[in-house]
Amino acid sequence: MADFWNKLTIRQKLAITAWLFLAVPLVFYITIRFYPTFEAFYVSTLKWNLLGAKKAIGMKNYIKIFADEDFWLVLWNTIKYALVGVPVSMLIAFIIAYWLNEIDFGHDFIRAMYFIPFLTTAVAMAWVWRWFYQPLPIGYFNIMLSWVGIPQQPFLKSVTQGLYSIMAPAVWAGLGFQIVIFIAGIRAVPRSYFEAAEIDGAGRWQILREITLPALKPTIIFLTVVSTIGFLRIFDQVYTMSADSAGGPLNSTKPLVLMIYEFAFDEFKLGRASALTVILFLILLVVSLVQLWLMRKQK
Amino acid sequence: MSDVNATMARLERARPGKVILWTLLFLGGVVMITPIVFMAATSFKTGQEVFELSIIPDRPTLENYLFILQESKFMRWMLNSLWVATFSTASVLFFDSLVGYTLAKFDFRGRQIVFIAILSTLMIPTEMLIIPWYMMSRSFGWIDTYWGIAFPGLMTGFGTFLMRQFFMSLPDELIEAARIDGWSEFAIWWRIAMPLVIPALSALAIFHFLGNWTAFIWPLIVTNDPDIYTIPVGIASFNGEFQMDWEIVMTASCLATLPTLLVFLLLQKFIIRGIMLAGLKG
Repeated sequence: MADFWNKLTIRQKLAITAWLFLAVPLVFYITIRFYPTFEAFYVSTLKWNLLGAKKAIGMKNYIKIFADEDFWLVLWNTIKYALVGVPVSMLIAFIIAYWLNEIDFGHDFIRAMYFIPFLTTAVAMAWVWRWFYQPLPIGYFNIMLSWVGIPQQPFLKSVTQGLYSIMAPAVWAGLGFQIVIFIAGIRAVPRSYFEAAEIDGAGRWQILREITLPALKPTIIFLTVVSTIGFLRIFDQVYTMSADSAGGPLNSTKPLVLMIYEFAFDEFKLGRASALTVILFLILLVVSLVQLWLMRKQK
Repeated sequence: MSDVNATMARLERARPGKVILWTLLFLGGVVMITPIVFMAATSFKTGQEVFELSIIPDRPTLENYLFILQESKFMRWMLNSLWVATFSTASVLFFDSLVGYTLAKFDFRGRQIVFIAILSTLMIPTEMLIIPWYMMSRSFGWIDTYWGIAFPGLMTGFGTFLMRQFFMSLPDELIEAARIDGWSEFAIWWRIAMPLVIPALSALAIFHFLGNWTAFIWPLIVTNDPDIYTIPVGIASFNGEFQMDWEIVMTASCLATLPTLLVFLLLQKFIIRGIMLAGLKG
């Protein structure tokens, strides 16, 4: 054995060491990542309730999903979370980061106040938010509305307001992360750019539009993709906050992941649930590919 | 005293615009932490006082905390979460950096394929793997075990990618020199390369630990036994039990938030830098 080892070239020894280092991780990636990925595709072609026999039904799960009105509602809900949540949170985060960057006095302290919600557990904060949304005389939001003479709002109990009421804590919790990344991005812009612009007599607004924002393009793309994927996968807040039943009232707040959870673990329709996960995968894949394409254009 | 003077002098020099800006940002910050302050305040209130708007309770009480610690399995959940998150983070730090290092510093056939394969796992959402993981856990008896909660996250594509980026920036001469001195490859990684990437390791540790501490959907699926619940699953289970005892659920929520908050307040600079680092490299 030692003889064999001694005969190898250094290059060969290094290659063997490398594969030794990779051995356990490769087993992990194959069994816990790749195999389950293929299994998800496979199960999506089955009719199976976990206990009974598996029955191959081809694309029927997908056909049923596309024929299901609830699926289109849920898909639209999911898109709404991202379509509204991403721009709103990014805009607020950018405005705060932009101004926070100019503040020296107590900078860390103020930044901490914005960042702390990022460290909370969605499930724990869901209780607080549910309280805030309560009707009078308990709910703080309704109390505040009553001060300015606006009638009581149903918030979580409404089919039109429910989704946005659940989105708010998600935006709130993610803001700190976005702000910190924005500040890092702004600070990475070379000082000389700003100085040159100031010498040329550019105003604040002009500098923002023509120097800061273009220089922040990679940061903006990164954050947009990360938050879009985050909102498209929203689950915790909906599961713990929605009124009547999870995703209620009347499925008006139900996102894709909750539908997957219910099909798989309440109704044990594993085939249908897997098909939904494949659809989610394809949606997220498109988002990631758009990111890669945008990043490439950048260079 | 001189601090106050310096502050006053700074304020005087500041343009009034800055003072307004500062005040606005401060007020925004107050709005941001209101839910947390409110939660903490309520946890010290008695049942009679709970619906009053005051921040500081008239008659503060620790009853709620005693109740939670005695009547629910909260301490047990806390320890479960702590154990799972620590174990998982240790595994990620070890394996992600080992793989990242191997991909960055070893030249061997198949390296590119391994790298792309691991990177491609970033494209696969957890939700897609949950059903196969559940089937796997059922057949191997991993339901209601710590291993069952932790196994999906023992290595991550993100961490591997991050560590690879950092190891790539280490000079090769360092490794060559150690090789000539007769160090084993493992020792070179563990004792020379690892100490040089501690900022990256701590960023990864913070991200992974926090992610595990707040993780919900997988622990919810893989545990049925309240003795094995993690904190988020435990708190969600209050839904049926203590339906409208707001002061009790607020106390539990407060206890769940406390550990991460304390760690943050102690290591603020470190954590923010870690997030900036990971965000910029990632």
